Amino acid sequence: MLTNQEVAEGLLEKFGDQVFNFEEPYGLLTLSTTREEIIPVMEFLKDHKNYQVIFLTDITGIQYPDNAGQEFVVVYHMHSFVHNFRIRIKVAIPEADIHIPTATGLFASANWMERETYDFFGILFDGHPNLKRILNIEEMDYFPMRKEYPMEDATREDKIDALFGR
Amino acid sequence: MKEVKIVEAPQGHSGSGFFATSFDEAIGLARSYSLWPLPFATSCCGIEFMATMGAHYDISRFGSERPSFSPRQADLLMVMGTIAKKMAPVVKQVYLQMAEPRWVMAVGACASSGGIFDTYSVLQGIDRIIPVDVYVPGCPPRPEQIIDGLMQVQYLAQNEKLRRRNTDEYQELLASYNIQ
Amino acid sequence: MADIELLPHNVPSQSELPELVEELTTLNLGPTHPATHGIFQNILKMDGEKIVSGEQTIGYIHRAFEKIAERRPFYQITTLTDRMNYCSSPINNLGWHMTVEKLLGVEVPKRAQYIRVLMMELARITDHIICNSILGVDTGAFTGFLYVMQKREEVYEIYEEVCGARLTTNMGRLGGMERDLSNTAIRKIKEFIKSFPPVLRELEKLLNRNRIFMDRTINVGPISVDRALSYGFTGPNLRAAGLDYDVRVMNPYSSYEDFEFDVPVGQNGDTYDRYMVRNEEMWQSLRIVEQAINNLPEGPYYADAPEYYLPPKNEVYRNMEALIYHFKIVMGEIDAPAGEVYHAVEGGNGELGFYLISDGGRTPYRLHFRRPSFIYYQAYPEMCKGSSLSDAILTMSSLNVIAGELDA
Repeated sequence: MLTNQEVAEGLLEKFGDQVFNFEEPYGLLTLSTTREEIIPVMEFLKDHKNYQVIFLTDITGIQYPDNAGQEFVVVYHMHSFVHNFRIRIKVAIPEADIHIPTATGLFASANWMERETYDFFGILFDGHPNLKRILNIEEMDYFPMRKEYPMEDATREDKIDALFGR
Repeated sequence: MKEVKIVEAPQGHSGSGFFATSFDEAIGLARSYSLWPLPFATSCCGIEFMATMGAHYDISRFGSERPSFSPRQADLLMVMGTIAKKMAPVVKQVYLQMAEPRWVMAVGACASSGGIFDTYSVLQGIDRIIPVDVYVPGCPPRPEQIIDGLMQVQYLAQNEKLRRRNTDEYQELLASYNIQ
Repeated sequence: MADIELLPHNVPSQSELPELVEELTTLNLGPTHPATHGIFQNILKMDGEKIVSGEQTIGYIHRAFEKIAERRPFYQITTLTDRMNYCSSPINNLGWHMTVEKLLGVEVPKRAQYIRVLMMELARITDHIICNSILGVDTGAFTGFLYVMQKREEVYEIYEEVCGARLTTNMGRLGGMERDLSNTAIRKIKEFIKSFPPVLRELEKLLNRNRIFMDRTINVGPISVDRALSYGFTGPNLRAAGLDYDVRVMNPYSSYEDFEFDVPVGQNGDTYDRYMVRNEEMWQSLRIVEQAINNLPEGPYYADAPEYYLPPKNEVYRNMEALIYHFKIVMGEIDAPAGEVYHAVEGGNGELGFYLISDGGRTPYRLHFRRPSFIYYQAYPEMCKGSSLSDAILTMSSLNVIAGELDA
């Protein structure tokens, strides 16, 4: 069995202060890194002969509009089947420079996950082979999951009511 | 062996060796019992349609024996499930490809009004793009409800005047949806 | 009969032949093609019958679940999860409840856990039953589909007894189940355990060793373990490729560790293996259902967490405390603790994950669904490359891509 402590120490040894904010919410090792180091960190975990974190479970984005300079966070979940060990890696990026390198070189599954994240938040994955909208219509001119955009359909008039409307 | 039931003859005059009725009635009767549905199933309601089509509920008892996946040979467009804005042009195109007379049934809350998905990506009811004859409520409707909806369409087909599709009123309705 | 003078048949020499032009055909499959079992578009480049390359377009029923989830209190999100994988909605519902319970730190009593396992395994059977019988339809055996559909109706009757709905079940509550298993439900489950095996065996007889079926499915749409892992496969599709990853075994939830069952694996990851894995999983699910119903523990069916568990209706009308809690829960006045949780359950198609971030308010700050079909469907062009169009259809139906789950 692989412990959170072991992997955290291994990462610290390899990447030093480029990995930080170690946490264990509900037992899941969570850490942050920078966008320069995210691909090397994932590669290190994947190719490590002991850890074997070979499975990319999920990529998603989160927006914290009030967090100036770190408005967007990209979250990676990875899983090692051999040790039944899960790890969560976060990368914070600013809205002014919304770029992060793609993970498609490491995992084929990252392709659509990154496209979805782009579609929802507008996060640009540099080096992605086909970064375009996946779920929404191509003509859409905003990124709907950002907090400033409304959820509701704008064309509905029957729900405008002070008391019983939405 | 159960006794085979035959529909009652429409109103008319009969005498020795002849039976006279209007075209409206005879053709309406024939149409209503041989409606070929086009199951345009997108999501959950489509699974309920599968149950309706299956042996347990058996929609073919109502003359809809043949689900027609080709719009040209279909009489009834059954839109089942959420129609997203991305899908809306496809629905309209399928409707345009159907030959007159054509009926449309919006099955389920999403097709009727957008349902619980009052969001930026969902079309708030297919009646925004094509005219709808029968709405079936429910999320998803039970198979009995879908069958009831089909019977309502049968009723419409039976009572439709042959020239209805040529009337100005009908042309106006189509024009309001930008359909020529 | 008079002699017929045969005219000399001139075979044109090679040089006289008009030059043949070779070009690829572009075929648009979907989004309403009946054989795609859902709405997604595949634009295929075809060389005659063979597929050279393909590209998918999805999002035709994108309903913005994640956006809605940011505006809804926790208990209202259950209705969204129903509509994700609608072939096995109880798994989605209960998976979501377990995620929130993990966040809130609510311990669910054993009886409720067993009832949940029961329902989730019945849901798995309905999911696989559709996938496998539709695969039969695509190879030309319509009868099997109509036949096993009857059994699905019986499972739906059990659902109705447990939660009142057939398809979009909205099953369970935060902290337990909405109601206890009634005697009718127990009787129906026991009847189902008896009546399902003959039907499944008959479906097996129809397909398993059927020459036509085997010829159509063996070595069709294969994928290796390495590629499957890289593409993020989970569930039956990954197991068919030969890796025994099952969330129920690896990270047991809801007392799965109490049950004895096998995890079937395939070898080649082709359509036939996927079919066989699903088929065997139904038997294993039936085994779990049998164990759960026979060893159903006594006790309460909901946790003692009045601030989260919606009280039973008759309590609400008689008991002041229950009324207050009912009001507070329904009006969304209960705040959840801040935190982030990832919880995964074994859905019908694989690892169904819920990534929930709560900032302490009444709604999630962000909720992300890890939808297995969305992730593995991107491997489809690679899997059907070089195969014929009719085989590509089989590959797709054996992958069991559910449009609602795909687009969320």
